[in-house]
Amino acid sequence: MALDLHIAHPLRAFALDLELSVGEEALALVGPSGAGKSSVLRVIAGLLRPELGRVALYGETWLDTRAGVDVSPERRRVGLVFQEYALFPHLTVRGNVGFGGRGRVDELLERFRISGLAEARPAELSGGERQRVALARALARDPAVLLLDEPLSALDAFTRAQVRTELRELLRSLALPTVLVTHDFEDAAALSDLVGVLVDGHVLQTAPPSELVASPADAFVASFTGANLLRGIASEGPAGLTAVALDSGFTAYTVEESRGPVSVVVYPWEVSVARDAPDDSAVNHVRAPIASLVQLGNRVRVRIGPITAEVTAQSVERLGLREGDVVVASFKATGARLLPAS
Amino acid sequence: MVLVFFLLPVVAIFARVPIGSLLDQLSSDVVGDALRVTLKTNAVALVLIVLLGTPTAYLIATRSFPGRVVVLTLLELPLVLPPAVAGIGLLAAFGRLGLLGGTLQVFGLEVGLGTQAAVVLAIAFVAGPFYVRPAVAAFEAVDPTLLGAARTLGAGPGRTFFRVALPLAAGGLSAGAALSFARGLGEFGATIMFAGSLQGVTQTLSLAIYQEFDLNFDSALAISALLVLVSAALLLSVKLVAGWRSTYTSLIPFARSPSISS
Repeated sequence: MALDLHIAHPLRAFALDLELSVGEEALALVGPSGAGKSSVLRVIAGLLRPELGRVALYGETWLDTRAGVDVSPERRRVGLVFQEYALFPHLTVRGNVGFGGRGRVDELLERFRISGLAEARPAELSGGERQRVALARALARDPAVLLLDEPLSALDAFTRAQVRTELRELLRSLALPTVLVTHDFEDAAALSDLVGVLVDGHVLQTAPPSELVASPADAFVASFTGANLLRGIASEGPAGLTAVALDSGFTAYTVEESRGPVSVVVYPWEVSVARDAPDDSAVNHVRAPIASLVQLGNRVRVRIGPITAEVTAQSVERLGLREGDVVVASFKATGARLLPAS
Repeated sequence: MVLVFFLLPVVAIFARVPIGSLLDQLSSDVVGDALRVTLKTNAVALVLIVLLGTPTAYLIATRSFPGRVVVLTLLELPLVLPPAVAGIGLLAAFGRLGLLGGTLQVFGLEVGLGTQAAVVLAIAFVAGPFYVRPAVAAFEAVDPTLLGAARTLGAGPGRTFFRVALPLAAGGLSAGAALSFARGLGEFGATIMFAGSLQGVTQTLSLAIYQEFDLNFDSALAISALLVLVSAALLLSVKLVAGWRSTYTSLIPFARSPSISS
């Protein structure tokens, strides 16, 4: 693999303990805030020395605490894009980009469409512009590894969607070993080839994003990918189905076999919303008032009782949905997966 | 009331001397010599303070080491030390018969009563903390992420200091230097005890005021007026630098606000 690392390092509440191998691809580490994601990047960059650890790039050892090897940050070929970008406020855009390497400054300014801003200071830039400057600055050093710390979190929703698309194309075209960390699964899925879920310093599961959604290793991974998690007790149901008496009082039916305490996993995009219970193939119906409607781009997340459904903005308009309206959320028995209760 | 109390002595100095005689008094030999000694010793002391104090402050601000709090407190000690105590301490340490007096003499450096080196040392001792303390604060205010960013961009510790830390702390450093310089200009107690009051050699403006106070009160007033003006100018420059700095830094916190101008 291009980048291999092993880290064991105590943090405040838990210990970071993980092993990763990254090829010439983008690996996203996702997890809640404070899971130790940024520390991983700081170890790779040489800004944090773990208690125990090894970092090697194409076989060249950057850090080996046992052997006493610790290459200083300026001698590791790393491009690190910080969460708030950490642009030098006293330097112009050109000064920032040229800080690490002067050779390709004009080419990079051109490539990231910031030539017109070359003489501006960071304080005068918008969030999206700052991000492009930070990327150009990191690449000016001709890095062998690219590290991105929450690359989209400092952006507003509008800029974010646009930058996400651009960043994905950039990462594809660079084909550098890349590690990015984010607390947002959607960002991770959009930007990377592999996603590792990091919780309390451990990687719970590493897989392509679609695989994480299809077969989450445990309830945490499932909820992290945006699924509904409904707790209940499973028992034998009619027609070979399993009936789950949910804690919220409803009963859900699934094709999967299980008995006892379980979590039912339902993805919001597998839940449909109607005014009345539809006469279709779905066997699970939850009738409840709408608790909230949250728009995400052209989609809307509708909270109905214990369930969140994701539908198009168009459907919400067509049905005239408002908070407080009593509606029916439906999903198929084949769309309800079971995980042992956590 | 409080304001009047603070202002009255300053106003009184100017009220007592007419402007015409003020200039006459200032052109005397005593004042001329004292001005030269003051400027020279303070300039040398300031250079020493800045050259040695800046790296010290940077290391204290950016490294964590055991006893850091103790070091910071020790640096503040000269701020609260009575000047007479400072003078005695300097004598005991660097005077001809002091702890290091003999060592300094080996290097051909005569420090003690009647030498300008003693004046410089007294000023550096008393005024140094006025620079180092704000300098530590100025370096602590530099976002450590920026220093980390410089390192990952290939800059070693030295280049990181000169290209990132120093420019970003410059406002605080110059404010500290101005304060330290102002404190040094007024140095009296430690200097008179450690260096003496020898006209043309160790007699600074403050010491000259003390001597003229007995001989020629108008002259003492004139020197005082001069020092008031210099101090006020220094204070004003500190305020201006601080004001400039706050407008500068207020632009820095990376606003998350969407300015969709691109």
